Amino acid sequence: MHPNDGRATAATARPILALHGISKAFGAVQALRDVSLELWAGEVVALLGDNGAGKSTLVKILAGVYSPDAGAIEINGQPVSITSPADSRRHGLAIIYQDLALCENLDVVANLFLGRAEGRLLLAEESMERQSWALLRSLSAKIPSVRTPVASLSGGQRQTVAIARSLLGDPPIFVLDEPTAALGGAQTAEVLKMIRQLRDRGHGVIVITHNLADVRAVADRAVVLFLGRNNGIFDVREVPPETIVAAITGLNGHAKGQPAEASAGASTP
Amino acid sequence: MKAPTRPSPLEALDTTDERLVLRRGALGSLANALARIRSGDIGTLPIIVGIVLVWALFGILNPVFVSSTNLGNLLVQSASEGIIALGIVLVLLVGEIDLSVGSMAGVGSSILGVGFVVHGWPLSATVAVVLAAGAVVGLAYGLVFIHFQVPSFVITMAGLLALLGLQLVLVGQTGSINIPFSSSIVRFMEKDVLPHLVSYVAAAAIAAGYAGVSWARARRRARAALSSRSVASILVPSVALLAGLEFACWYVNRAGGVSDAFVVFAALVAVMDFLLRRTHWGRAVYAVGGSREAARRAGINVTAVYLSVFLLCAMFASLGGMFLAGWLGASSTEAGTGNVNLDAIAAAVIGGTSLFGGRGSAYSALLGVAVIQSIANGLDLLNLSSAQQFMITGGVLLIAVIVDSISQRARRAHGRA
Repeated sequence: MHPNDGRATAATARPILALHGISKAFGAVQALRDVSLELWAGEVVALLGDNGAGKSTLVKILAGVYSPDAGAIEINGQPVSITSPADSRRHGLAIIYQDLALCENLDVVANLFLGRAEGRLLLAEESMERQSWALLRSLSAKIPSVRTPVASLSGGQRQTVAIARSLLGDPPIFVLDEPTAALGGAQTAEVLKMIRQLRDRGHGVIVITHNLADVRAVADRAVVLFLGRNNGIFDVREVPPETIVAAITGLNGHAKGQPAEASAGASTP
Repeated sequence: MKAPTRPSPLEALDTTDERLVLRRGALGSLANALARIRSGDIGTLPIIVGIVLVWALFGILNPVFVSSTNLGNLLVQSASEGIIALGIVLVLLVGEIDLSVGSMAGVGSSILGVGFVVHGWPLSATVAVVLAAGAVVGLAYGLVFIHFQVPSFVITMAGLLALLGLQLVLVGQTGSINIPFSSSIVRFMEKDVLPHLVSYVAAAAIAAGYAGVSWARARRRARAALSSRSVASILVPSVALLAGLEFACWYVNRAGGVSDAFVVFAALVAVMDFLLRRTHWGRAVYAVGGSREAARRAGINVTAVYLSVFLLCAMFASLGGMFLAGWLGASSTEAGTGNVNLDAIAAAVIGGTSLFGGRGSAYSALLGVAVIQSIANGLDLLNLSSAQQFMITGGVLLIAVIVDSISQRARRAHGRA
C-alpha cells in the first residue's frame, strides 16, 4: 500500500519525491528494509537515525551510487530508476555531501560554476561573477568577495557555496548530508536560514542530521530510521522531542513493526 | 538590476559588502599589494628578489656575467630547459609528476639525430615524428595512470629507464651523432636572433597587448557592474613593462641579440598561460589539482584532463630535446641525462608552482629557469666545477621550497591556504 494513496486525489497533490519499500542488502547485512519516505514541495524533512540506521545508504541510493534491491522511487508521481549520479542530477536531485566537494584552490565563482563554466571558447568570467553575486544575494549569503579562494572561507560560508552551487541547476529536491555537523553556532544559524529559504522558494529539502535542535529549527517532518527500517514519521511541531529520541534509539517499541504509521497530521504544504 | 552602463566605482556589485576594506587609486593598489604579501600571498615576489640577488652577486664576482653577450647567451641556454619545465608545470598543476622528461628529451634529441642527420628526413617531418613520439609516451603514461591507479612518479620512473634504453639504441655504438653546423636547427639555436628592429617592435607590441587586454577586461567588468581597474592602474604597469622590455632588448642587442629559440619558449609560456587562465580546459586542470573528487563529481572529465597534461608534458619534453640537440650540435647518449631532469622540476618549483597541485602558473617555468640557468651560467664563469654547481643548485631548490612552505603557513594563518 502506498502511503500517499489517500492523498493522490489531484494531479497537483503528489509528493515530489516518494520512496516505496526500498530495501538494500550488503551481503548478509540488510542495510535497508522496506523503507518508505515522502517529500512534498516546500517542506523540509529531517532524516534521523543513529549510526547504522541506514541514512547514508538511503542518500547513496538517491544519489545513484547504490541501486536498491527492491522498492520504487517516484518523482512527481512518475516511477524513475536512478542508476548513476548523472541520473540523479537529471531527475532534479541535488545531493550535498558532508565533504562539500569544493576545490579549495579555486575562488567562489569557479566553484559555483565547477563543471559547468560558461563561455564558448573562453571562460565568460564577468557573466559568471555577476550571476554569482546575484545568486549569493538572493540567498542573503554573507560572502565578502567571490574572488577569494574557497580555502579562506569559514565552514558556514563553504556550506553556503555548496548549496548555492546546486541551486544553479534549479533542482526541485535537495538532500543535505549533515550540513551543520562541523559548524559553530552562528554558522549553523546561517545554514539553517539558508535551508528555510530553499523551502520558501518551493524546493523540497531532506536534511540528514543528528542534531535535534536543528530538526526543531527547520524541519516540518522527521522521518526516523532504526536499524534499516522506518521507525516513525513525526510532525516536528506537534511531537515532543522525547518521542523522536525514543524512535531514534528504538525505545518506542515500533522497531519491529512495519513501516510505522505516519503520525497524525504529517504536514503537507 | 542596473542598466549596463558604467557604474560609479562605489556601487559595483562586488564591492558592496561592508566588511571589505577598499583601497583605491595608486597608493591604494600599493597598500593592497603590501597587505597581500604580509598574508603570504607572495606570488612572484620571492623569485624576482631571488633573480635580482643572484644577478647582483654574480655581477660583483665577475662583471662578465651581466654583460650583453652573457645575458644573451643566458636566453639561449634557458630555452630548452624552460620548455621542458613548462611541461612539468602542467603535471604539477594536477598534482602529479613526470620524472622522465630528461630521458624523453634525450629520445627527442636522438630521433632528431637519426632521422634528420643519418636518414636525411626533412626537418619538418623530423619535428613531427619527435612530437608524435612525445605524444605517444605521454598518452601511455596517462592511460596507465588512469587505468591502473599507479602513482605517476613510479610510472614515469619506469618510463625514465625505458626511454634511456631507447635513447642508447637510437644513437647506437658511436654514442653521438653530430648535427652539421650549417643545418637549420643548429643555426636556429646558436645564431638566429630577432632583427633589432623586430625586437623593439615586438617588445612594444607585448606592452600594448598587455594594456589592451587589461583595458578590454576592465571594460567588460564595468559593463557587468563589477569593480574594474582604473585607466591609471593599467597604464602604469604597461609603461613599466614597455620600458623594461625595450631596455632588455636594447641591452641584449648590443651584443648577439634576442635568440629566436628563447622567443619560441617565451611564446609557448604565454600561450600556455592564456590556455590555463582563460579556457575551460585550464579551469579543469586547476580543479583537478585542487580536488580530483570534487572535479569528478562536478562532471569534469578528469580522465581527459590527466591525459592532456601527461601528453603535453611529454611533448614539451621532446621539443626541449630537439632544442637541446640543436644547441649542443649533436645528439648524444648524454643528452637529457644528468641534471636536465631535476633542473626542469626544480625550475617549476622555484618558479612558484606547488608540488601538491592546483597552484602555480605557466610563468613559473620562465622565472624558475631564469634562476637555475643564471646560477649554472654564473658558476661556469667562476670556473666552478659541476660538483659545486650541483650543491649550490640543490641549496637554492631547498630555499625555494622553504620559502613556499613559509608563505603557505602565512596563507593559512590569514585564511588563504
